[in-house]
Amino acid sequence: MELYEKSAFELSEMLKAKECSAAEITDSVFGRIGKTEASVEAYVTVCEESAREQAKKVDEMIAEGKQLHPLAGIPIGIKDNISTKGILTTCSSKMLYNYVPPFNATVMNKVNGAEMVVTGKLNMDEFAMGSSTETSYFKKTKNPHDLTRIPGGSSGGSAAAVASGEAIVALGSDTGGSIRQPSAYCGVVGLKPTYGSVSRFGLVAFASSLDQIGPVGRTVKDVAMLQSLICGHDRMDATSKDIAYPDYAANLKNDVKGLKIGIPDEYFGEGIDAEVKDAVMAAVKLLEKNGAEVKKISLPSTAYALNSYYIISSAEASSNLARFDGVRYGYRTENYDSLIDMYEKTRSEGFGDEVKRRIMLGTFVLSSGFYDAYYKKAKLMQKKISAEFSEAFADVDVIATPTVPSGAFKIGENMGDPLKMYATDICTVTINIAGLPAISVPCGKTANGMPIGMQLIGGHFREQTLLDTANAYETLVGGFGSIPKIV
Amino acid sequence: MDYEIVVGLEVHAELNTRSKIYCDCKNAFGLEVNTQVCPICMGMPGTLPTLNEKVVEYAIKMGHALGCTINNVCKQDRKNYFYPDLPKAYQISQAEVPLCQNGKLEVMLDDGTMKTIGVTRIHIEEDAGKLLHDDSFSGSLVDLNRCGVPLIEIVSEPDMRSSAEAKAYLETIKSILQYINISDCKMQEGSIRCDVNVSVRPKGSDKFGTRCEMKNVNSFSAAVRGIEYEAKRQIEILENGGTVTQETRRWDDVKGMSISMRSKEDAQDYRYFPEPDLLTIVVDENKVKELKDSLPELPNEKLKRYVQTMGLSRVDASLIVENLDRAALMDACVEIGKGSPKSIAKWILADISKYMNDTGKSILDTPLTAARLCDLVAEIEKGTISNSAGKTVFEAIIAEDKEVAEIIAEKGLSQNSDTSALEAIAKEVLAANEKSINDYKNGKTNALGYLVGQCMKASKGKANPGLMKEIVTRLVNE
Repeated sequence: MELYEKSAFELSEMLKAKECSAAEITDSVFGRIGKTEASVEAYVTVCEESAREQAKKVDEMIAEGKQLHPLAGIPIGIKDNISTKGILTTCSSKMLYNYVPPFNATVMNKVNGAEMVVTGKLNMDEFAMGSSTETSYFKKTKNPHDLTRIPGGSSGGSAAAVASGEAIVALGSDTGGSIRQPSAYCGVVGLKPTYGSVSRFGLVAFASSLDQIGPVGRTVKDVAMLQSLICGHDRMDATSKDIAYPDYAANLKNDVKGLKIGIPDEYFGEGIDAEVKDAVMAAVKLLEKNGAEVKKISLPSTAYALNSYYIISSAEASSNLARFDGVRYGYRTENYDSLIDMYEKTRSEGFGDEVKRRIMLGTFVLSSGFYDAYYKKAKLMQKKISAEFSEAFADVDVIATPTVPSGAFKIGENMGDPLKMYATDICTVTINIAGLPAISVPCGKTANGMPIGMQLIGGHFREQTLLDTANAYETLVGGFGSIPKIV
Repeated sequence: MDYEIVVGLEVHAELNTRSKIYCDCKNAFGLEVNTQVCPICMGMPGTLPTLNEKVVEYAIKMGHALGCTINNVCKQDRKNYFYPDLPKAYQISQAEVPLCQNGKLEVMLDDGTMKTIGVTRIHIEEDAGKLLHDDSFSGSLVDLNRCGVPLIEIVSEPDMRSSAEAKAYLETIKSILQYINISDCKMQEGSIRCDVNVSVRPKGSDKFGTRCEMKNVNSFSAAVRGIEYEAKRQIEILENGGTVTQETRRWDDVKGMSISMRSKEDAQDYRYFPEPDLLTIVVDENKVKELKDSLPELPNEKLKRYVQTMGLSRVDASLIVENLDRAALMDACVEIGKGSPKSIAKWILADISKYMNDTGKSILDTPLTAARLCDLVAEIEKGTISNSAGKTVFEAIIAEDKEVAEIIAEKGLSQNSDTSALEAIAKEVLAANEKSINDYKNGKTNALGYLVGQCMKASKGKANPGLMKEIVTRLVNE
């Protein structure tokens, strides 16, 4: 078994026991990148030189006998919408093709503070808008399980890099499913934390009230370790919650006795593939067999979640993306004859179709005369959806649903049909609307061999319950399998 | 037909907090371009605002000063528009619910009468940067130092009926900002700016005419000129049978005219929505009260007291009130209760103001304490020293830091007000000047002045001149 195939936890133990060096781990991961990146195309920017230097630094610190964070020396890939000082941060957009932030995101300060090894910046849908990573300006990332298929999105690069062994763990961001959906498609574990538990400072905003940074890994324990590192109050983010955060990894259990699992009818209805429903229900049955109680529950407003989501997220996006105007940084059109002309050409040329579609939608719903009919109504629906979840969590500890209605689709299959593309988010957007935490874990494969994901949803700041449940499931199934061969 | 002018004002005041509203950058004017900036106020991707709580406190103080209801629970909203001096392409402001609303301000007009002007709302927001133009460069340059400087916007009701009322309102607002020390109020640095809404209607009508909003009004006198120009323009349109179009106009103070910027139809849609990066503002009720209790006597209240209770003239009273040092000295003297307020005011406005202007010093930094000023005025009023000797005493206080009585004694400045003693001197002098007495009696009235002068000389200048004149006049007429 190569080092790149191991989990962060295993590598951390090996480093502690001096069974391998950080340089060897980094070497192994870059060896893998050298072999598979040409086919997977997970990275926008590879940081091999700085990664090797960092690994060397960690080895020196180990040699000096320094106390190190468990994640020290572990290679991590970063989604390209997380600001990295001195390293290109493009959001996979032509608009930011040359943008190098002068500061680090708060999560990057934590990653660097733990002496992790940053392998590079991962591909994504442009400005995190998309469900397949096909809207990236630079490249189309492939699903490591089938290179003709999409890896999901928007954190497609994060999920594909982790799934293919091109990174041990990764950071993604999730606004409507952007961590969970690609994690499900690529057969890895992805956590969307509670809104307010991970600082958004330095995350290039898509929809401020829904965005959260979260971890992707091949095991639940790795995800728990990374989440323990990145969570916490940050005075630079007013929406960050000032509470005590547990060490999820240290507390991790794999016992589900007495755990109450809710099964909402609305997530198993029309539009969800039968093989997906079956796989998720089989996973739930396994947990039930091992001591969990399963209850039917109802979340009746789910049907309105997708509409509310696209109104709220697009409204915020239209405002958040207005700053990309060619004045100060990023792309600026070459020929223009006035300020307005410069704005128009820069934005027409710098943004891709999907981004423009959302900006137009968001601008429309915020327009005078339409605000009440759309934005205000969507915000009311958000309250109702949140209330239904609160009610549900009075009776159950976690809610289990499919992460995505089906397995990963073919590259290009849905590009001409935005509504069909949006529908793949049907099971995930509700969670962002309600600000809840949710994790996606692999739970079998489709007939054509593509991974299926089970989504576990928890109450606010109940990440530990989710990670414990996911960990119990992982233990029961004897792990989530090995890295696919990529040819 | 007679017309009535209707004016409403929107005043933007920069607050003098130490740091900016949403980041830790220094809130300072006049420094090298693009040096007081950070990724947050430059609106770099991924940055987030965090609210400077001082801004909320300052705005609440102003709210109390203008008698507003304080909405201690309120949100901030985004106002979206594109402009190169606005790096996020939205301004964080307050739309639906402002921090303060429904206030009123009592201002004193030039004739001393009071007028109450409604205050619709006060909200907090961030300032934008500035565009600069340089001959060496054909395009525009942008200075982002001002981005994120905290502002309050004070919106009045359309309650003013002349440019003079508007000026009184603006001056009172400025004075209050200075009194509660929340703004530097430096007009030349743009720390107070205003937008002026003007309409006209036939006198007696209770319906408002169509209004025009004038931007770029950079001084109070420009506001006066702008209002007068705009009212005249609108009246001419109506007189010629036309109708006024609702529009935004730009005041050009150099040309003395307003120019149309955009009509109502072209008005920008700012697509306001709640700022998702900031939490709801919640100010503790006790804090709101504490801020109210911390307010000093406000300048408009002070002015009213000086004029109505102390009998100062409107002009003298406002000259004192508009300067915090003068007002502090005045109030301290009134508190001591020695010397008449009118005389104290005269001293403050004459010699003391001259001294302050000449030296650039604050009177509070000199040995002239309120107690000494009271003593000085009281001695003059009692007749112990003459007015001119008073000036000598004033100079000596500042130069030598001594008590009034000490100076009078040392310099021998006290004057003789003993009637019988003065009468004795006068009789002696008159006896030696019969010719002048005859001249006086024959109608040469200036002979009296000569006689008084001779008497003063005989007293070696110590006689109380008023009293001496009285005595001489009586004696020559006997």
